[in-house]
Amino acid sequence: MIEREFPSKLLDKAVNEFSKLPGIGKKTALRLVLHLLKQEKEDVNAFGNALIQLKNEIKHCKVCHNISDNETCEICSNQLRDKSIICVVENIKDIMAIEATQSYFGTYHVIGGIISPMDGIGPADLNINSLVEKVSSGEVKEVILGLSTTMEGETTSYYIFRKLAKYNIEISVLARGVAIGDELSYADEITLGRSITNRTKFETTYNE
Amino acid sequence: MKEARELYLSRLSLVNFKNYQELDLDLSDKINCFVGQNGIGKTNLLDAIYYLSFCKSFLNPLDTNNINYDSDLFVIQGKYSRDGEEEKIQVGVKRGSKKLVKRNKKDYSKLADHIGFCPLVVVSPLDTNLVTGGSEDRRKFIDGVISQFDKSYLDRLIKYNKILQQRNKLLKEFNKTGRFDEETLSVFSDQLVILGTKIYNARKLFIEELIPVFQQYYEFISGDREKVHLDYKSQLQEADFEKLMSTALQKDRILQYTSVGIHKDDLIFTLQGHPMKKVGSQGQQKTYLLSLKFAQYEYIKKINGLRPILLLDDVFDKLDSFRVEQIVKLVSDKEYGQIFFTDTNKKRLTHILEKIQISNKIFHIVSNGFEESSI
Repeated sequence: MIEREFPSKLLDKAVNEFSKLPGIGKKTALRLVLHLLKQEKEDVNAFGNALIQLKNEIKHCKVCHNISDNETCEICSNQLRDKSIICVVENIKDIMAIEATQSYFGTYHVIGGIISPMDGIGPADLNINSLVEKVSSGEVKEVILGLSTTMEGETTSYYIFRKLAKYNIEISVLARGVAIGDELSYADEITLGRSITNRTKFETTYNE
Repeated sequence: MKEARELYLSRLSLVNFKNYQELDLDLSDKINCFVGQNGIGKTNLLDAIYYLSFCKSFLNPLDTNNINYDSDLFVIQGKYSRDGEEEKIQVGVKRGSKKLVKRNKKDYSKLADHIGFCPLVVVSPLDTNLVTGGSEDRRKFIDGVISQFDKSYLDRLIKYNKILQQRNKLLKEFNKTGRFDEETLSVFSDQLVILGTKIYNARKLFIEELIPVFQQYYEFISGDREKVHLDYKSQLQEADFEKLMSTALQKDRILQYTSVGIHKDDLIFTLQGHPMKKVGSQGQQKTYLLSLKFAQYEYIKKINGLRPILLLDDVFDKLDSFRVEQIVKLVSDKEYGQIFFTDTNKKRLTHILEKIQISNKIFHIVSNGFEESSI
Protein backbone atom coordinates (compact mmCIF):
# COMPACT_ATOMS: atom_id res chain seq x y z
CA MET A 1 0.00 0.00 0.00
CA ILE A 2 1.23 3.47 -0.78
CA GLU A 3 1.37 5.74 2.26
CA ARG A 4 -0.72 8.75 1.47
CA GLU A 5 -0.17 12.11 3.08
CA PHE A 6 -3.13 13.55 4.93
CA PRO A 7 -4.30 17.04 3.99
CA SER A 8 -3.88 18.21 7.59
CA LYS A 9 -0.96 17.89 10.02
CA LEU A 10 -3.42 17.67 12.92
CA LEU A 11 -5.23 14.79 11.30
CA ASP A 12 -1.92 13.08 10.61
CA LYS A 13 -0.90 13.43 14.26
CA ALA A 14 -4.16 12.00 15.61
CA VAL A 15 -4.11 9.06 13.20
CA ASN A 16 -0.52 8.30 14.17
CA GLU A 17 -1.40 8.22 17.86
CA PHE A 18 -4.34 5.87 17.28
CA SER A 19 -2.35 3.50 15.13
CA LYS A 20 0.10 2.96 18.02
CA LEU A 21 -2.67 1.04 19.80
CA PRO A 22 -2.58 -2.76 19.63
CA GLY A 23 -4.62 -4.22 16.78
CA ILE A 24 -5.20 -0.85 15.12
CA GLY A 25 -3.76 -0.17 11.67
CA LYS A 26 -3.59 3.07 9.72
CA LYS A 27 -6.99 2.53 8.06
CA THR A 28 -8.88 1.80 11.26
CA ALA A 29 -7.11 4.71 12.94
CA LEU A 30 -8.31 7.07 10.23
CA ARG A 31 -11.87 5.76 10.54
CA LEU A 32 -11.86 6.32 14.31
CA VAL A 33 -10.39 9.78 14.03
CA LEU A 34 -12.91 10.87 11.38
CA HIS A 35 -15.67 9.50 13.56
CA LEU A 36 -14.47 11.55 16.54
CA LEU A 37 -14.23 14.62 14.34
CA LYS A 38 -17.93 14.32 13.57
CA GLN A 39 -18.90 14.19 17.29
CA GLU A 40 -19.94 17.11 19.52
CA LYS A 41 -17.10 19.05 21.09
CA GLU A 42 -18.16 18.06 24.63
CA ASP A 43 -18.12 14.38 23.78
CA VAL A 44 -14.62 14.53 22.37
CA ASN A 45 -13.43 16.56 25.35
CA ALA A 46 -14.90 13.95 27.68
CA PHE A 47 -13.15 11.22 25.72
CA GLY A 48 -9.77 12.93 25.88
CA ASN A 49 -10.11 13.88 29.53
CA ALA A 50 -11.06 10.35 30.52
CA LEU A 51 -7.78 9.11 29.11
CA ILE A 52 -5.70 11.87 30.68
CA GLN A 53 -7.34 11.40 34.04
CA LEU A 54 -6.91 7.65 33.80
CA LYS A 55 -3.20 7.89 33.31
CA ASN A 56 -2.67 10.66 35.88
CA GLU A 57 -4.83 9.48 38.70
CA ILE A 58 -4.90 5.70 38.57
CA LYS A 59 -3.14 3.91 41.39
CA HIS A 60 -1.75 0.46 41.89
CA CYS A 61 -2.95 -1.26 45.03
CA LYS A 62 -0.01 -1.35 47.42
CA VAL A 63 -1.02 -4.80 48.63
CA CYS A 64 -1.70 -6.72 45.44
CA HIS A 65 -0.60 -4.38 42.59
CA ASN A 66 -4.07 -4.47 41.08
CA ILE A 67 -5.30 -1.31 39.33
CA SER A 68 -7.28 0.81 41.79
CA ASP A 69 -8.67 4.28 42.55
CA ASN A 70 -7.39 4.17 46.11
CA GLU A 71 -4.20 3.15 47.90
CA THR A 72 -5.64 -0.30 48.46
CA CYS A 73 -8.02 -1.87 45.96
CA GLU A 74 -11.60 -2.90 46.67
CA ILE A 75 -10.74 -6.54 46.97
CA CYS A 76 -7.89 -6.03 49.43
CA SER A 77 -9.92 -3.61 51.58
CA ASN A 78 -12.94 -5.90 51.66
CA GLN A 79 -13.25 -7.39 55.17
CA LEU A 80 -15.03 -10.45 53.86
CA ARG A 81 -12.17 -11.57 51.61
CA ASP A 82 -9.85 -14.21 53.04
CA LYS A 83 -6.40 -12.60 53.28
CA SER A 84 -4.69 -15.91 54.01
CA ILE A 85 -5.29 -17.18 50.49
CA ILE A 86 -3.50 -15.46 47.62
CA CYS A 87 -4.02 -16.20 43.95
CA VAL A 88 -1.04 -15.18 41.80
CA VAL A 89 -2.05 -13.83 38.38
CA GLU A 90 -0.32 -12.16 35.48
CA ASN A 91 -2.51 -9.07 35.07
CA ILE A 92 -5.82 -7.41 35.89
CA LYS A 93 -7.60 -9.23 33.03
CA ASP A 94 -7.00 -12.48 34.88
CA ILE A 95 -8.48 -11.02 38.09
CA MET A 96 -11.59 -10.03 36.18
CA ALA A 97 -11.86 -13.51 34.71
CA ILE A 98 -11.58 -15.18 38.12
CA GLU A 99 -13.92 -12.65 39.77
CA ALA A 100 -16.52 -13.43 37.10
CA THR A 101 -16.64 -17.02 38.32
CA GLN A 102 -17.95 -15.81 41.72
CA SER A 103 -16.24 -18.85 43.22
CA TYR A 104 -13.20 -17.26 44.81
CA PHE A 105 -13.14 -15.36 48.09
CA GLY A 106 -9.44 -15.00 48.71
CA THR A 107 -7.21 -12.16 47.52
CA TYR A 108 -4.87 -11.68 44.56
CA HIS A 109 -1.32 -10.80 43.74
CA VAL A 110 -0.63 -9.31 40.29
CA ILE A 111 2.94 -10.00 39.16
CA GLY A 112 2.56 -7.93 35.99
CA GLY A 113 3.99 -10.27 33.38
CA ILE A 114 5.76 -13.59 32.90
CA ILE A 115 9.40 -14.56 32.76
CA SER A 116 10.66 -14.64 29.17
CA PRO A 117 14.31 -13.81 28.44
CA MET A 118 13.45 -13.73 24.72
CA ASP A 119 11.25 -10.71 25.40
CA GLY A 120 13.72 -9.26 27.86
CA ILE A 121 11.59 -9.95 30.92
CA GLY A 122 13.34 -11.39 33.96
CA PRO A 123 12.10 -12.06 37.52
CA ALA A 124 13.39 -8.65 38.64
CA ASP A 125 10.87 -6.95 36.33
CA LEU A 126 7.96 -8.66 38.06
CA ASN A 127 6.29 -8.16 41.47
CA ILE A 128 7.67 -11.36 42.92
CA ASN A 129 9.69 -9.98 45.84
CA SER A 130 6.62 -8.33 47.36
CA LEU A 131 4.86 -11.68 47.19
CA VAL A 132 7.70 -13.36 49.04
CA GLU A 133 7.59 -10.61 51.68
CA LYS A 134 3.87 -11.12 52.10
CA VAL A 135 4.34 -14.84 52.58
CA SER A 136 7.27 -14.43 54.97
CA SER A 137 5.10 -12.27 57.24
CA GLY A 138 3.39 -15.54 58.20
CA GLU A 139 -0.21 -14.57 57.58
CA VAL A 140 -0.59 -16.55 54.37
CA LYS A 141 -1.80 -20.14 54.39
CA GLU A 142 -2.09 -20.87 50.70
CA VAL A 143 -0.76 -19.50 47.42
CA ILE A 144 -2.64 -20.49 44.26
CA LEU A 145 -0.60 -20.19 41.06
CA GLY A 146 -3.05 -18.90 38.49
CA LEU A 147 -0.74 -18.24 35.54
CA SER A 148 -1.20 -19.30 31.91
CA THR A 149 -0.44 -22.87 30.93
CA THR A 150 2.05 -21.75 28.28
CA MET A 151 5.70 -22.69 28.62
CA GLU A 152 6.53 -19.16 29.89
CA GLY A 153 3.66 -19.29 32.38
CA GLU A 154 4.81 -22.62 33.72
CA THR A 155 8.39 -21.41 33.97
CA THR A 156 7.21 -18.47 36.05
CA SER A 157 5.06 -20.71 38.26
CA TYR A 158 8.06 -22.93 38.83
CA TYR A 159 10.23 -19.93 39.72
CA ILE A 160 7.70 -18.69 42.26
CA PHE A 161 7.26 -22.18 43.65
CA ARG A 162 10.98 -22.40 44.34
CA LYS A 163 10.98 -18.99 45.98
CA LEU A 164 8.18 -20.00 48.32
CA ALA A 165 9.10 -23.62 48.92
CA LYS A 166 10.87 -22.95 52.21
CA TYR A 167 7.80 -21.43 53.84
CA ASN A 168 5.26 -23.59 55.57
CA ILE A 169 2.36 -22.87 53.26
CA GLU A 170 0.33 -24.75 50.73
CA ILE A 171 1.17 -23.99 47.09
CA SER A 172 -1.45 -25.07 44.59
CA VAL A 173 -2.09 -24.56 40.90
CA LEU A 174 -5.29 -24.23 38.89
CA ALA A 175 -6.55 -27.65 37.79
CA ARG A 176 -5.90 -28.55 34.17
CA GLY A 177 -8.55 -30.63 32.50
CA VAL A 178 -11.39 -31.21 30.12
CA ALA A 179 -13.50 -28.11 29.55
CA ILE A 180 -17.10 -28.26 30.72
CA GLY A 181 -19.49 -29.00 27.85
CA ASP A 182 -16.76 -30.62 25.76
CA GLU A 183 -17.01 -34.04 24.24
CA LEU A 184 -14.17 -36.26 25.37
CA SER A 185 -13.27 -37.34 21.85
CA TYR A 186 -12.52 -33.70 20.97
CA ALA A 187 -10.20 -33.06 23.91
CA ASP A 188 -6.51 -33.09 23.04
CA GLU A 189 -4.38 -35.94 24.35
CA ILE A 190 -2.25 -33.78 26.62
CA THR A 191 -5.20 -32.25 28.49
CA LEU A 192 -7.08 -35.50 28.67
CA GLY A 193 -3.96 -37.27 29.90
CA ARG A 194 -3.64 -34.76 32.74
CA SER A 195 -7.35 -35.05 33.56
CA ILE A 196 -7.14 -38.79 33.92
CA THR A 197 -3.99 -38.69 36.08
CA ASN A 198 -5.31 -35.89 38.30
CA ARG A 199 -8.90 -37.11 38.40
CA THR A 200 -11.08 -35.72 41.20
CA LYS A 201 -13.59 -37.31 43.55
CA PHE A 202 -17.04 -37.34 42.01
CA GLU A 203 -18.74 -35.99 45.13
CA THR A 204 -16.73 -32.76 44.90
CA THR A 205 -18.03 -32.02 41.39
CA TYR A 206 -21.57 -33.18 42.07
CA ASN A 207 -22.74 -30.26 44.19
CA GLU A 208 -21.41 -27.45 42.05
CA MET B 1 1.34 -61.02 15.88
CA LYS B 2 -1.93 -59.64 14.62
CA GLU B 3 -2.14 -59.32 10.84
CA ALA B 4 -1.92 -55.69 9.72
CA ARG B 5 -5.04 -54.29 8.14
CA GLU B 6 -5.30 -53.24 4.54
CA LEU B 7 -5.00 -49.70 3.23
CA TYR B 8 -4.83 -48.56 -0.37
CA LEU B 9 -5.59 -45.59 -2.56
CA SER B 10 -7.93 -46.67 -5.35
CA ARG B 11 -8.38 -43.38 -7.16
CA LEU B 12 -6.37 -40.18 -7.29
CA SER B 13 -7.82 -36.96 -8.74
CA LEU B 14 -5.91 -33.73 -9.17
CA VAL B 15 -6.94 -30.23 -10.17
CA ASN B 16 -4.23 -27.65 -10.86
CA PHE B 17 -1.66 -29.46 -8.75
CA LYS B 18 1.84 -28.59 -9.95
CA ASN B 19 2.09 -29.55 -13.64
CA TYR B 20 -1.28 -31.37 -13.69
CA GLN B 21 -4.29 -29.27 -14.60
CA GLU B 22 -6.70 -32.12 -14.41
CA LEU B 23 -6.08 -35.79 -13.75
CA ASP B 24 -7.94 -38.92 -12.70
CA LEU B 25 -6.09 -42.16 -12.10
CA ASP B 26 -7.49 -45.55 -11.12
CA LEU B 27 -4.78 -47.34 -9.21
CA SER B 28 -3.77 -50.88 -8.51
CA ASP B 29 -4.11 -52.00 -4.90
CA LYS B 30 -0.58 -53.45 -5.04
CA ILE B 31 2.09 -52.07 -7.35
CA ASN B 32 1.88 -48.83 -9.32
CA CYS B 33 4.67 -47.48 -11.47
CA PHE B 34 5.04 -44.02 -12.88
CA VAL B 35 7.55 -43.93 -15.71
CA GLY B 36 8.60 -41.11 -17.98
CA GLN B 37 11.30 -38.61 -18.75
CA ASN B 38 12.84 -36.05 -16.42
CA GLY B 39 10.55 -33.19 -15.47
CA ILE B 40 7.40 -34.91 -16.71
CA GLY B 41 5.89 -35.03 -13.21
CA LYS B 42 6.45 -38.52 -11.80
CA THR B 43 7.48 -37.35 -8.38
CA ASN B 44 4.66 -34.78 -8.33
CA LEU B 45 2.21 -37.67 -8.32
CA LEU B 46 3.94 -39.17 -5.28
CA ASP B 47 3.86 -35.76 -3.66
CA ALA B 48 0.09 -35.57 -4.18
CA ILE B 49 -0.30 -38.91 -2.41
CA TYR B 50 1.98 -37.67 0.37
CA TYR B 51 -0.24 -34.60 0.73
CA LEU B 52 -3.26 -36.82 1.36
CA SER B 53 -1.47 -38.44 4.31
CA PHE B 54 0.49 -35.56 5.84
CA CYS B 55 -1.42 -32.46 4.59
CA LYS B 56 1.84 -31.10 3.19
CA SER B 57 4.40 -31.64 0.47
CA PHE B 58 7.66 -33.53 1.00
CA LEU B 59 9.30 -31.41 -1.69
CA ASN B 60 8.11 -27.86 -1.20
CA PRO B 61 7.21 -26.54 2.24
CA LEU B 62 5.20 -23.61 0.87
CA ASP B 63 1.72 -24.81 -0.10
CA THR B 64 1.05 -22.09 -2.65
CA ASN B 65 4.19 -23.10 -4.56
CA ASN B 66 2.42 -26.31 -5.46
CA ILE B 67 -0.40 -24.59 -7.30
CA ASN B 68 -0.26 -24.75 -11.10
CA TYR B 69 1.28 -21.52 -12.44
CA ASP B 70 -1.82 -19.87 -13.85
CA SER B 71 -4.44 -20.76 -11.28
CA ASP B 72 -5.49 -19.79 -7.78
CA LEU B 73 -6.06 -23.10 -6.14
CA PHE B 74 -5.30 -26.81 -6.25
CA VAL B 75 -7.37 -29.73 -5.09
CA ILE B 76 -6.19 -33.29 -4.43
CA GLN B 77 -8.77 -35.98 -3.90
CA GLY B 78 -8.11 -39.55 -2.92
CA LYS B 79 -10.49 -42.45 -2.61
CA TYR B 80 -9.10 -44.96 -0.15
CA SER B 81 -10.06 -48.40 0.96
CA ARG B 82 -9.18 -48.46 4.62
CA ASP B 83 -9.74 -51.69 6.50
CA GLY B 84 -12.60 -52.44 4.09
CA GLU B 85 -14.27 -49.03 4.45
CA GLU B 86 -14.32 -46.44 1.71
CA GLU B 87 -12.81 -43.10 2.77
CA LYS B 88 -12.57 -39.93 0.71
CA ILE B 89 -9.80 -37.51 1.59
CA GLN B 90 -9.49 -34.09 0.04
CA VAL B 91 -6.81 -31.44 0.38
CA GLY B 92 -7.45 -27.97 -1.02
CA VAL B 93 -5.15 -24.97 -1.08
CA LYS B 94 -6.25 -21.57 -2.32
CA ARG B 95 -4.07 -18.50 -2.51
CA GLY B 96 -4.85 -16.17 0.37
CA SER B 97 -6.98 -18.58 2.40
CA LYS B 98 -6.51 -21.41 4.84
CA LYS B 99 -5.62 -24.92 3.74
CA LEU B 100 -8.62 -27.23 4.00
CA VAL B 101 -8.46 -30.95 4.59
CA LYS B 102 -11.66 -32.97 4.47
CA ARG B 103 -12.53 -36.53 5.27
CA ASN B 104 -15.76 -37.68 3.66
CA LYS B 105 -16.67 -34.05 2.96
CA LYS B 106 -16.24 -33.02 6.59
CA ASP B 107 -13.56 -30.45 7.46
CA TYR B 108 -10.87 -31.26 9.97
CA SER B 109 -10.57 -28.46 12.52
CA LYS B 110 -6.99 -29.48 13.28
CA LEU B 111 -4.76 -30.90 10.56
CA ALA B 112 -2.82 -32.83 13.18
CA ASP B 113 -5.93 -34.98 13.73
CA HIS B 114 -5.62 -36.37 10.22
CA ILE B 115 -1.97 -37.36 10.42
CA GLY B 116 -1.66 -41.09 10.97
CA PHE B 117 -5.07 -41.83 9.46
CA CYS B 118 -3.50 -42.99 6.19
CA PRO B 119 0.03 -43.99 7.28
CA LEU B 120 2.69 -43.60 4.62
CA VAL B 121 6.44 -43.99 4.20
CA VAL B 122 8.37 -42.25 1.47
CA VAL B 123 11.89 -42.96 0.22
CA SER B 124 13.21 -40.23 -2.03
CA PRO B 125 16.61 -39.05 -3.25
CA LEU B 126 16.22 -36.13 -0.82
CA ASP B 127 16.57 -38.58 2.06
CA THR B 128 20.29 -38.97 1.40
CA ASN B 129 20.57 -36.07 3.85
CA LEU B 130 19.92 -38.63 6.52
CA VAL B 131 23.28 -40.25 5.80
CA THR B 132 25.31 -37.31 4.53
CA GLY B 133 23.68 -34.36 6.30
CA GLY B 134 24.02 -32.98 9.82
CA SER B 135 22.72 -34.54 13.02
CA GLU B 136 19.63 -32.35 12.86
CA ASP B 137 18.34 -34.34 9.88
CA ARG B 138 18.67 -37.57 11.84
CA ARG B 139 16.94 -36.17 14.93
CA LYS B 140 14.14 -35.00 12.65
CA PHE B 141 13.80 -38.55 11.36
CA ILE B 142 13.51 -39.97 14.90
CA ASP B 143 11.15 -37.24 16.09
CA GLY B 144 8.98 -37.50 13.00
CA VAL B 145 8.30 -41.18 13.55
CA ILE B 146 7.73 -41.05 17.31
CA SER B 147 5.55 -37.96 17.32
CA GLN B 148 3.21 -39.46 14.75
CA PHE B 149 1.91 -41.71 17.50
CA ASP B 150 2.87 -39.99 20.70
CA LYS B 151 1.38 -36.53 20.91
CA SER B 152 2.83 -35.91 24.37
CA TYR B 153 6.29 -36.62 22.95
CA LEU B 154 5.75 -33.89 20.39
CA ASP B 155 4.43 -31.56 23.07
CA ARG B 156 7.51 -32.17 25.24
CA LEU B 157 9.81 -31.67 22.29
CA ILE B 158 8.25 -28.32 21.39
CA LYS B 159 8.47 -27.20 25.02
CA TYR B 160 12.05 -28.39 25.30
CA ASN B 161 13.08 -26.38 22.25
CA LYS B 162 11.33 -23.26 23.51
CA ILE B 163 12.95 -23.49 26.93
CA LEU B 164 16.31 -24.14 25.29
CA GLN B 165 15.91 -20.94 23.30
CA GLN B 166 15.06 -19.00 26.46
CA ARG B 167 17.98 -20.46 28.36
CA ASN B 168 20.43 -19.61 25.57
CA LYS B 169 19.06 -16.10 25.39
CA LEU B 170 19.50 -15.77 29.14
CA LEU B 171 23.14 -16.93 28.93
CA LYS B 172 23.80 -14.32 26.27
CA GLU B 173 22.10 -11.71 28.40
CA PHE B 174 24.34 -12.57 31.39
CA ASN B 175 27.36 -12.07 29.24
CA LYS B 176 26.15 -8.73 27.96
CA THR B 177 25.15 -7.27 31.30
CA GLY B 178 27.86 -8.97 33.34
CA ARG B 179 25.24 -9.96 35.90
CA PHE B 180 24.80 -13.68 36.61
CA ASP B 181 21.47 -14.83 38.08
CA GLU B 182 21.81 -18.49 38.87
CA GLU B 183 18.34 -18.74 40.34
CA THR B 184 16.58 -17.80 37.10
CA LEU B 185 18.89 -19.93 35.00
CA SER B 186 18.25 -22.99 37.12
CA VAL B 187 14.51 -22.67 36.56
CA PHE B 188 15.16 -23.26 32.87
CA SER B 189 17.84 -25.90 33.48
CA ASP B 190 15.53 -27.90 35.75
CA GLN B 191 12.77 -27.94 33.19
CA LEU B 192 15.17 -29.01 30.44
CA VAL B 193 16.32 -31.89 32.63
CA ILE B 194 12.79 -33.12 33.30
CA LEU B 195 11.63 -32.88 29.68
CA GLY B 196 14.94 -33.96 28.16
CA THR B 197 15.14 -37.12 30.24
CA LYS B 198 11.67 -38.18 29.09
CA ILE B 199 12.50 -37.45 25.46
CA TYR B 200 15.74 -39.39 25.80
CA ASN B 201 13.94 -42.44 27.17
CA ALA B 202 11.39 -42.39 24.36
CA ARG B 203 14.12 -42.07 21.72
CA LYS B 204 16.14 -44.87 23.27
CA LEU B 205 13.16 -47.18 23.33
CA PHE B 206 12.29 -46.43 19.73
CA ILE B 207 15.82 -46.91 18.42
CA GLU B 208 16.34 -50.12 20.37
CA GLU B 209 13.32 -51.47 18.56
CA LEU B 210 14.47 -50.13 15.21
CA ILE B 211 18.03 -51.50 15.22
CA PRO B 212 17.43 -55.26 14.83
CA VAL B 213 14.82 -54.73 12.11
CA PHE B 214 17.19 -52.41 10.29
CA GLN B 215 20.02 -54.95 10.49
CA GLN B 216 17.82 -57.66 9.02
CA TYR B 217 16.86 -55.52 6.08
CA TYR B 218 20.39 -54.45 5.32
CA GLU B 219 21.62 -58.02 5.44
CA PHE B 220 18.85 -59.12 3.10
CA ILE B 221 19.24 -56.37 0.51
CA SER B 222 23.04 -56.54 0.43
CA GLY B 223 23.15 -60.33 0.54
CA ASP B 224 24.96 -60.14 3.88
CA ARG B 225 28.17 -59.06 2.21
CA GLU B 226 29.03 -56.15 4.49
CA LYS B 227 28.63 -55.37 8.17
CA VAL B 228 26.77 -52.22 9.07
CA HIS B 229 25.78 -50.72 12.38
CA LEU B 230 23.28 -48.23 13.65
CA ASP B 231 23.81 -46.67 17.06
CA TYR B 232 22.10 -44.05 19.13
CA LYS B 233 24.46 -41.49 20.59
CA SER B 234 23.39 -39.19 23.36
CA GLN B 235 25.24 -37.35 26.10
CA LEU B 236 22.62 -38.72 28.46
CA GLN B 237 24.10 -42.19 28.06
CA GLU B 238 27.22 -41.10 29.96
CA ALA B 239 25.57 -39.53 32.98
CA ASP B 240 22.16 -38.39 34.02
CA PHE B 241 21.02 -35.10 32.59
CA GLU B 242 20.93 -33.25 35.88
CA LYS B 243 24.57 -34.02 36.54
CA LEU B 244 25.60 -33.15 32.98
CA MET B 245 23.81 -29.86 33.27
CA SER B 246 25.49 -28.82 36.51
CA THR B 247 28.95 -29.89 35.30
CA ALA B 248 28.52 -27.89 32.10
CA LEU B 249 27.41 -24.70 33.84
CA GLN B 250 30.73 -22.86 33.62
CA LYS B 251 31.24 -24.01 30.05
CA ASP B 252 27.74 -22.84 29.08
CA ARG B 253 28.42 -19.43 30.57
CA ILE B 254 31.50 -19.03 28.43
CA LEU B 255 29.96 -20.46 25.27
CA GLN B 256 26.72 -18.56 25.87
CA TYR B 257 24.62 -21.52 24.84
CA THR B 258 23.49 -24.83 26.30
CA SER B 259 26.18 -27.36 25.47
CA VAL B 260 24.53 -30.50 26.84
CA GLY B 261 21.18 -32.10 26.21
CA ILE B 262 19.09 -34.13 23.82
CA HIS B 263 19.45 -31.41 21.20
CA LYS B 264 22.94 -32.88 20.66
CA ASP B 265 21.70 -36.44 20.06
CA ASP B 266 22.69 -38.25 16.90
CA LEU B 267 22.47 -41.54 15.09
CA ILE B 268 25.79 -43.09 14.18
CA PHE B 269 25.89 -44.99 10.90
CA THR B 270 28.87 -47.24 10.31
CA LEU B 271 30.10 -49.63 7.62
CA GLN B 272 32.69 -52.20 8.71
CA GLY B 273 33.32 -49.98 11.71
CA HIS B 274 33.92 -46.77 9.74
CA PRO B 275 31.56 -43.83 9.28
CA MET B 276 29.09 -44.53 6.47
CA LYS B 277 29.28 -40.93 5.33
CA LYS B 278 33.00 -41.27 4.60
CA VAL B 279 33.52 -44.82 3.38
CA GLY B 280 30.16 -45.86 1.95
CA SER B 281 29.65 -45.86 -1.80
CA GLN B 282 26.51 -44.19 -3.15
CA GLY B 283 24.93 -47.60 -3.59
CA GLN B 284 25.81 -48.63 -0.04
CA GLN B 285 24.48 -45.39 1.36
CA LYS B 286 21.29 -45.91 -0.56
CA THR B 287 20.98 -49.45 0.76
CA TYR B 288 21.50 -48.08 4.25
CA LEU B 289 18.80 -45.50 3.76
CA LEU B 290 16.36 -48.01 2.33
CA SER B 291 16.91 -50.40 5.23
CA LEU B 292 16.28 -47.55 7.65
CA LYS B 293 13.06 -46.66 5.87
CA PHE B 294 11.89 -50.26 5.73
CA ALA B 295 12.52 -50.53 9.46
CA GLN B 296 10.47 -47.38 9.92
CA TYR B 297 7.75 -48.98 7.81
CA GLU B 298 7.68 -52.02 10.09
CA TYR B 299 7.50 -49.83 13.18
CA ILE B 300 4.61 -47.75 11.87
CA LYS B 301 2.77 -50.84 10.74
CA LYS B 302 3.12 -52.40 14.17
CA ILE B 303 1.87 -49.36 16.03
CA ASN B 304 -0.77 -48.15 13.60
CA GLY B 305 -2.14 -51.58 12.69
CA LEU B 306 -2.56 -50.51 9.05
CA ARG B 307 -0.14 -51.35 6.25
CA PRO B 308 1.36 -47.99 5.32
CA ILE B 309 1.45 -46.89 1.69
CA LEU B 310 5.02 -46.99 0.38
CA LEU B 311 6.34 -44.37 -2.03
CA LEU B 312 9.65 -45.27 -3.66
CA ASP B 313 10.97 -42.38 -5.67
CA ASP B 314 13.74 -43.37 -8.04
CA VAL B 315 15.07 -46.03 -5.64
CA PHE B 316 16.72 -48.29 -8.20
CA ASP B 317 19.11 -45.63 -9.37
CA LYS B 318 22.72 -46.36 -8.28
CA LEU B 319 21.92 -49.88 -7.05
CA ASP B 320 23.37 -53.02 -8.61
CA SER B 321 21.01 -55.57 -10.17
CA PHE B 322 21.33 -57.96 -7.22
CA ARG B 323 20.15 -55.32 -4.74
CA VAL B 324 17.35 -54.21 -7.04
CA GLU B 325 16.12 -57.78 -7.21
CA GLN B 326 16.32 -58.18 -3.45
CA ILE B 327 14.25 -55.03 -2.93
CA VAL B 328 11.64 -56.21 -5.38
CA LYS B 329 11.53 -59.58 -3.60
CA LEU B 330 11.05 -57.77 -0.33
CA VAL B 331 8.18 -55.52 -1.31
CA SER B 332 6.38 -58.24 -3.24
CA ASP B 333 5.95 -60.05 0.04
CA LYS B 334 2.41 -60.01 1.36
CA GLU B 335 3.60 -58.03 4.38
CA TYR B 336 3.65 -54.93 2.21
CA GLY B 337 0.57 -53.13 1.02
CA GLN B 338 0.26 -50.65 -1.80
CA ILE B 339 3.49 -49.43 -3.39
CA PHE B 340 4.29 -46.63 -5.82
CA PHE B 341 7.50 -46.63 -7.86
CA THR B 342 8.89 -43.97 -10.13
CA ASP B 343 11.57 -44.63 -12.71
CA THR B 344 12.87 -43.09 -15.90
CA ASN B 345 13.64 -46.52 -17.30
CA LYS B 346 10.52 -48.37 -18.39
CA LYS B 347 12.50 -51.38 -19.61
CA ARG B 348 14.05 -51.96 -16.21
CA LEU B 349 10.69 -51.79 -14.44
CA THR B 350 9.00 -54.05 -16.98
CA HIS B 351 11.80 -56.56 -16.56
CA ILE B 352 11.40 -56.50 -12.77
CA LEU B 353 7.64 -56.81 -12.82
CA GLU B 354 7.81 -59.79 -15.17
CA LYS B 355 9.66 -61.70 -12.47
CA ILE B 356 7.12 -61.15 -9.74
CA GLN B 357 3.56 -62.14 -10.34
CA ILE B 358 1.70 -59.38 -8.58
CA SER B 359 -1.13 -57.22 -9.78
CA ASN B 360 0.34 -54.01 -11.11
CA LYS B 361 -0.25 -50.97 -13.25
CA ILE B 362 2.32 -49.02 -15.20
CA PHE B 363 1.55 -45.43 -16.05
CA HIS B 364 3.79 -44.16 -18.79
CA ILE B 365 3.63 -40.38 -18.55
CA VAL B 366 4.07 -38.60 -21.87
CA SER B 367 3.70 -34.93 -22.67
CA ASN B 368 0.08 -35.23 -23.71
CA GLY B 369 -1.23 -37.69 -21.15
CA PHE B 370 -0.88 -41.22 -19.82
CA GLU B 371 -0.39 -44.62 -21.41
CA GLU B 372 -1.62 -47.28 -19.08
CA SER B 373 -0.45 -50.90 -19.15
CA SER B 374 0.16 -53.82 -16.87
CA ILE B 375 2.22 -56.98 -16.88
